[in-house]
Amino acid sequence: MSQPVIEIKDLTKVYQMGEVEVRALAGINLLIDRGEFVAVMGPSGSGKSTLMNILGCLDRPTTGTYRLDGVDVSELNRDQRAVVRNAKIGFVFQSFNLLARTSAIENVELPLLYGETGWTRAQRDDAARKALVLVGLAGREGHYPSQLSGGQQQRVAIARALVTDPAILLADEPTGNLDSHTSEEIMGIFQELNDSQKTVVLITHEPDIARHAKRIVHVRDGLIHQDERIRQHRVGARGIAPPVIAVAQDRS
Amino acid sequence: MKNSVQRLGNIAIVGLKAISRNKLRSFLTMLGMVIGVGCVIVVVAIGNGASASIQSTINSLGTNFIMVFPGATTASGARLFTGNSNLTPDDGEAIKSEAPDVAYVSPQVRTAAQVIAGELNWGTSVNGVGTDYPLIRVWNVAQGDFFTDADVKAAAKVAVLGATVAENLFPNGNAVGQIIRIKNVPFKIVGVLERKGGNMMGQDQDDTILAPYTTIMKRLSGKTKIDMLYVSARSADAVQQAQTEIDSILRQRHRIGPGQDADFQMRSQEEIAAASASQMNTLKMLLLIVAAVSLLVGGIGIMNIMLVSVTERTREIGIRMAIGAKGRHVLIQFLFEAITISIVGGLIGVLLGIGSSKLVAAKAGWPIVVSVESIVLAFGVAAFIGVFFGFYPARKAARLDPIEALRYE
Repeated sequence: MSQPVIEIKDLTKVYQMGEVEVRALAGINLLIDRGEFVAVMGPSGSGKSTLMNILGCLDRPTTGTYRLDGVDVSELNRDQRAVVRNAKIGFVFQSFNLLARTSAIENVELPLLYGETGWTRAQRDDAARKALVLVGLAGREGHYPSQLSGGQQQRVAIARALVTDPAILLADEPTGNLDSHTSEEIMGIFQELNDSQKTVVLITHEPDIARHAKRIVHVRDGLIHQDERIRQHRVGARGIAPPVIAVAQDRS
Repeated sequence: MKNSVQRLGNIAIVGLKAISRNKLRSFLTMLGMVIGVGCVIVVVAIGNGASASIQSTINSLGTNFIMVFPGATTASGARLFTGNSNLTPDDGEAIKSEAPDVAYVSPQVRTAAQVIAGELNWGTSVNGVGTDYPLIRVWNVAQGDFFTDADVKAAAKVAVLGATVAENLFPNGNAVGQIIRIKNVPFKIVGVLERKGGNMMGQDQDDTILAPYTTIMKRLSGKTKIDMLYVSARSADAVQQAQTEIDSILRQRHRIGPGQDADFQMRSQEEIAAASASQMNTLKMLLLIVAAVSLLVGGIGIMNIMLVSVTERTREIGIRMAIGAKGRHVLIQFLFEAITISIVGGLIGVLLGIGSSKLVAAKAGWPIVVSVESIVLAFGVAAFIGVFFGFYPARKAARLDPIEALRYE
């Protein structure tokens, strides 16, 4: 077995709120292997957002270590974390977070602008086009977010997360703004990406969404309360697999 | 190295796109720079034009020119003229014969009169001068001749008309040989002067009649003293020396000891030029300050819009940071946006400034000199303002916390 993608040891995060210390994370230990599909669940105030910020290298732990893809990222400064985020992490947010008045393909290309590798315009275009094909949006490259449905916007966001070929996909309530049918479609895309060995970490408070993962980590009061492997609820089995799956299967 | 240059280029393009996404707002922001830069260029052009034209009128006064006025200079430098002139035509004669650095001398007595020629009349100033006067003023006769030394000696009733007077009294142009009446004294016109144009104060120098000073003193004003002496030095280098000579001759003639206040005063052409140049500089400075303030206001406008833009795009900044933009990438993006706005605004301002200068020159008939320095200066200041006023908002953007920024609604 190769080394885990995410390796967290005794991780704590303490916020100083005036006089009061708030322990958002109280000592978390977590191993996630390459190719896993993990849902992190917990009620609000459980520390799951804090965990997501640290997993996404947006924030630093107070104590403990976090190794991402074999590299200790717990002591990195702002700029170093920006580089890690760019290269290793693909974010998908609840509110899509696409740039308005910016075409789908330009949104997808965005991470490549900031990468350590210099990409030519043609290379960026090519990579972005491929990522859009992967999420089933071939032909929509020139569309603006305002011309796309919520589900399509979230697909653009997934394509943006994929374009740098990151070590993990980090999805924070990716279906929170979508109806149940579209949510299923989006989860299907994550499953399909996971099938091709992409590591997916999903943050959610909805059990219906979490059951699309293969493993559920329950967080409560800043600690891991329960860590269970589940029988994955396959979207394809329900017969509403979006065309993207066919495309992705053709590729493999 | 190549990678980071390429990346900088890409990020710069991001800044450019932001400008094009908000066209109206970018344009309005630019307008501040456009007006500021345009203002500087027009104002400097007008200032330069005015000082060039004043310089040329000063040159038109004459050559190596010294004016001697009656009246004293007090210790504080204020000129006192009590109304009693002590200068006489003999002073002029003495200067001409005794001062080696003086080439020409002409007394001047001035009187105003209503002049009648046949059915027409015209109010003008009548100046009694000597025969050296046209040489000192470099002012030639266009028709006929100037009066002669014999006319001066005999106090002959002859006159030379300025171009404006000739036009008004003799619209048909046949002035020479005609008779005019000045205060009921008939004068024969012997010549008409060529056109000289306005003087520094904008007065028409051609609105005048010249006659022998002897004639004016004896027949018109009855004065025995003269109003001033026009003196011309032998050369430009001799002006200083000539002034010293005039000073000692007049002190001797007026029995004023060295160290005592003189009862006369001198102004050389250079002094007049220097005085007007310093006045012009004050005026130019004033105009430039007004223009600079408008540039500053333009710059504050840019800062204002950039701050609004940073706040408005907090979420965008959060997204960019989340997907790997470093603080300096965000800084460069916003700084580039601000600099572009100010430089493009500056360029448009330069074009507009040159255009309006030309327009002012054509419509108002003002002399305009567009200077390269003002263009370079205004443009440089515009670019500097872009950096200066763009830096704070850009740094504010760069220092945002990505978590906070992503949560911003």
